[in-house]
Amino acid sequence: MILQVDAVTVRFGGLVACDAATFAVEEGEILGLIGPNGAGKTTLFNAINGVHRPRSGRIVFRREEITGLRPFQVARRGVARAYQVVRPLNDLSVIANVTVGACFGRENLSLRAARTVAEEVLASLDLADKAEVPAGKLNVAQKKRLELGRALAARPALLLADEVLAGLNPQEVSAMLAVFRSLRERGVTVIMIEHLMHAVMNVCDRVVVLDYGKKIAEGSPQVVSSDPKVVEAYLGDPKAAQRFLEEAT
Amino acid sequence: MIRVRAPFLPALLVVLAVVAALPLAVNNNSLREELFLMFMLITLASSINIIMGYTGYVSFGHIVFFGLGGYFAFYLMQNFNAHFLVAALAGAIPASAIALVIGVPILRLRGAYFALATIGINEAMRTAINNFEPFGGAVGMFFNFSVYDTYGGARNAALLAYGVMVVVALATVTTSYLIRRSKFGLSLMAIREDQDVGIDPARAKVVAYVISSFFPALAGATFFFKNGIIEPGVAFDLLRSIESLVMCVLGGTGTVAGPIVGAALYEWLRGFLITTPALANFQLFLAGLLLLVVVLFVTAGLVGWLRNRYPVLRAYIQ
Repeated sequence: MILQVDAVTVRFGGLVACDAATFAVEEGEILGLIGPNGAGKTTLFNAINGVHRPRSGRIVFRREEITGLRPFQVARRGVARAYQVVRPLNDLSVIANVTVGACFGRENLSLRAARTVAEEVLASLDLADKAEVPAGKLNVAQKKRLELGRALAARPALLLADEVLAGLNPQEVSAMLAVFRSLRERGVTVIMIEHLMHAVMNVCDRVVVLDYGKKIAEGSPQVVSSDPKVVEAYLGDPKAAQRFLEEAT
Repeated sequence: MIRVRAPFLPALLVVLAVVAALPLAVNNNSLREELFLMFMLITLASSINIIMGYTGYVSFGHIVFFGLGGYFAFYLMQNFNAHFLVAALAGAIPASAIALVIGVPILRLRGAYFALATIGINEAMRTAINNFEPFGGAVGMFFNFSVYDTYGGARNAALLAYGVMVVVALATVTTSYLIRRSKFGLSLMAIREDQDVGIDPARAKVVAYVISSFFPALAGATFFFKNGIIEPGVAFDLLRSIESLVMCVLGGTGTVAGPIVGAALYEWLRGFLITTPALANFQLFLAGLLLLVVVLFVTAGLVGWLRNRYPVLRAYIQ
């Protein structure tokens, strides 16, 4: 077990964004975190990487409690995050952007060593030919890959991927999914927030479903997606879900 | 981190040094006075660039360190007969120490709140000094002209001040360049874009703020040494603070060359406008108009625009 989220509650005033969420992530698995909009998925990421301090509950990463640590402290322990809204350093080259991730990741590498890591990461993401291009000039798909690259350059033990597939076309999605599979081969544990169900079905070993901040289901993608509670949360209509399922498979 | 194919820094320093030597070569005092001011503005704009351009914190009241450095150094020269060079350094260090003390709380603020806090600090400092008798209160302090005898008379003292101002400006530009190319600079830019990576933002921001306070303090010490008079209104002049921000934006924030180009251009333009009778009354109007144009249409500033327009320049202009 690499990460344990134990009864984590995050509140914003009267709004309970995460309500005693509990789950565990095994080393080397790809866990899907799904749920309707506003279910608290991104808030849960924020709680894990220290952006928000949970009101109650515990988060344990590699047998060390990281509840309430600051984001940079969590990052140094090997948790990297690829954000949903990509904000690269537009004026700097792609490789400089990835170098930021490598410099200030788990290992605190020197600029030179970080650059080597960045080159490897760019090659693995098919961005090597864009290395010297200013990041601001990339298209959306390339920016998403750059964001993933920035996170991966930190050589994380755990990667929090927040909707990295959103806004990509089907070809770009399948290219990204290949990247995730190769991550699993390298032993990187991944939690991915994703709305693209067929992607979740394809790469996730397990899925946790949130609704109104509460975990309502957990299990293999197939089991979860036929769970009536999940179907209701998403669609309010079990029949529509059946169609949806058939589409996905 | 930025791959540079051209020796940008040496070339820049040589150009600045040649410009600095010009008034001495042709023995032109008024040109020297103009350039003294220009190198001071380069120092101020480049320093602001470290905290604003790289780190993303708009320090509106940055002139407070110019004033503090000036006051501390002046006090030491007047009351302890300290040599100017010693006093300048001894004055800049407490000014930076104050940056450390106020930086820790105010760098927790963001955006407009940070900008307002820096204005508040400058205004509070001016009022405090206004009422601080050891520093002469509202009247300020002024030298007995015999002070300059140590340096071989007023003329030589002015030359010394000019030389020191040039050195301070070159040191600021060099520091700015080294930061931009370093890992520390990368961390500042990551903070600017709110990236949650393994950087302690609180610490990095304060370090950047302290560095960016040091050079204005030296410039202030030099300016008021040459001036012979220091008073709160001039030392903590918010208008000058805003002008150095404008120069930074005009030339291009986040680049090394931007604040230099901005400072030179702004000073040249102001000189041109003031001395052209038909335009003299519109001086501030035109300067404001120019700022509007830049902010609306050339947000990257001149240097930034050039770098974007002609990508080949990226390797040559930082």
